[in-house]
Amino acid sequence: MNQLRAILLRREAGIAVMIVLFCLAVGVVKPNFLTLNGLRIILLLVPLVMIAAMGQMMVLIARHVDLSIGSTLGFAAMVTGMMFRDMPEIWWPLGFAVAIGTGTLLGLFNGVLITAFRLPSIIVTLGTLNLYRGLTFIISDARQVDRQYIPSALKAMSQTSPIFGIPWIIFMAFGVALLTYWFVMHTRVGRQIYALGSNPEAAPLRGISTNRVTILVFALSGALAGLAGIMYASRWGFVNPSNTGYGFEFQVIAAVVIGGVSINGGVGTVLGTILGVLLLGCVGAALPFLGIPGTSQNAIFGAVILIALLIDRSVRSRGIAPLSLGRKRT
Amino acid sequence: MTESTTTSMQAREIVKARPAWHVMLVRPELMTFILLVIGIYVGSLLSPFFLDVNYILRSFTLTAELSIAALVLTMVIISGEIDLSAAANMALSAAIFAYVQAAGVPMPIAIAAGLLAGLAMGALNALMVIRFQLPSIIVTIGTLIFYRGLAQVIAGDRSIRVPDWFIGVNNVLIADIPLPVIIFVLVAIVLAIVLGTTTIGRQIYQIGTNPIAAKHAGIKSNQIKVGLFLTLGLVSAVGGLMTASRLGSVRYDIALGGELQMVLMAMLGGTYIFGGRGTILGTFLAAWLLVIVSTGMTVANLLPAIQLTVLGVLLVVAIIATNFIYSRTQR
Repeated sequence: MNQLRAILLRREAGIAVMIVLFCLAVGVVKPNFLTLNGLRIILLLVPLVMIAAMGQMMVLIARHVDLSIGSTLGFAAMVTGMMFRDMPEIWWPLGFAVAIGTGTLLGLFNGVLITAFRLPSIIVTLGTLNLYRGLTFIISDARQVDRQYIPSALKAMSQTSPIFGIPWIIFMAFGVALLTYWFVMHTRVGRQIYALGSNPEAAPLRGISTNRVTILVFALSGALAGLAGIMYASRWGFVNPSNTGYGFEFQVIAAVVIGGVSINGGVGTVLGTILGVLLLGCVGAALPFLGIPGTSQNAIFGAVILIALLIDRSVRSRGIAPLSLGRKRT
Repeated sequence: MTESTTTSMQAREIVKARPAWHVMLVRPELMTFILLVIGIYVGSLLSPFFLDVNYILRSFTLTAELSIAALVLTMVIISGEIDLSAAANMALSAAIFAYVQAAGVPMPIAIAAGLLAGLAMGALNALMVIRFQLPSIIVTIGTLIFYRGLAQVIAGDRSIRVPDWFIGVNNVLIADIPLPVIIFVLVAIVLAIVLGTTTIGRQIYQIGTNPIAAKHAGIKSNQIKVGLFLTLGLVSAVGGLMTASRLGSVRYDIALGGELQMVLMAMLGGTYIFGGRGTILGTFLAAWLLVIVSTGMTVANLLPAIQLTVLGVLLVVAIIATNFIYSRTQR
């Protein structure tokens, strides 16, 4: 009985209940929503956000924030897309290595700037958000990589399914989530991320290298954004210098914050993040069913973030120093 | 007795005060000023337009709205908070104004509605940050999306026209100077006096330098911060209306990405991102510097995307430089 109570009191249970209630409410108005087709629409909205959300979750747990992931996604997708266009005979799975590698480099650049000069991550990544987006235009000469250049095997990953009609990229997203779970819960470095975010002053006293962990979370966030980049090419079949990944960071931050990852660092679970992504996916999928125009999507996302912040505030324990712009240099 | 006084005086003299010229010159605003001079020089090599004051003044009207809001944002950053939602506020207040007047409401009421909306947005930020004690960086990312999203709901994908007489604030010349530039200079002077000479101004620095000491000194930090958020909300709304007047119509994406430029102006002007330091003069100079840089890039025929890259690099370089200067001139 107590165990049941403990499960029900967890943050994740609350989000799960919200997902079920929301879907039922939409289903009452529009019964089509609760069919397999509706489920398919939800699941296809989810994988890109879920993969990037795993990276953002680790960044937030370490008491930082990464605003540059949308541009990182765009840049990595563009590099990969241009490779497919200019070297058509290349073995296509190599695109994954290129996309992830590019993303990792951009993430490393963020991490090194933040640690070497002790700068607040929000300002650095606001700068690199624009920097990477501009670089995407420069390398691509402001031209889109069109549909015919993306390998059909890659595009097929979003359509064909190994089992139950669920496309490959959804399995990949959940695979990344599982790996992240193992990494943050069962490896020494993963636990150090929590230690750093819980108390940045105490972490170095326990022998944790603050800089190394910080650089690592930004590199991982960049790598996962890069992976999301090639999956964007798979899902949509083109890479556009201005659209690809634009505003993506806001969806991801919204999903992670809804999933109960604390903006004060040190708190957050993979399960919560998955549920946050799913809730956002349900909201996104329900809008067209309810006849709400797509233009209101951002307002709803913004409102959801603010509400999630207030919920986070009402449940968080006292005495934790709030996330600030960083530590003052004295 | 006398001996102890002398020792204490000697002890005081051991820590030498920085010489006056050092205090005057080794400061971030000087960096901004030198960059400004270099910018004008390089620009004049690129194109003779740069020595034409009227051309520069006209170019300034393109970013005047953002610059005006950046002056208030400077004070917000000095007090230890930040507001990334000001550009989205411009879009939403302009959209509300345009929507209301297009519905046939008399213009004065429509203008008031736009300004009130801006004030309300500032109030929502203040409510979340002060009342609920949430960090301003995350809150204003949330409100940035929310305000911009609401503007999108109101304006949709179309542009709403404003009446002909309302169009063209940037073409109004007073003594050959465009009105937005005059407004910018006046706001800068008023804010510089408030920040530099009044009690509240000095208290803003103290809140940003050490919030706990400020509290013990009896400074009403919360009231001052609420005041700053409200002022920024209102000034952003004014900026939104000026943008509407300059463009002649309102779309949801006006001032898109403006938060980068505003933060950039404050950082280039030497405002310390952790609060407690910075001046209106710095942001004032940085606003002109940015105009020179972006005009130079336009004259040099650079793509807007490359200009974006340059702005991103500038932001990172500016904050590294200011942090460096401040670490050298610590008390």
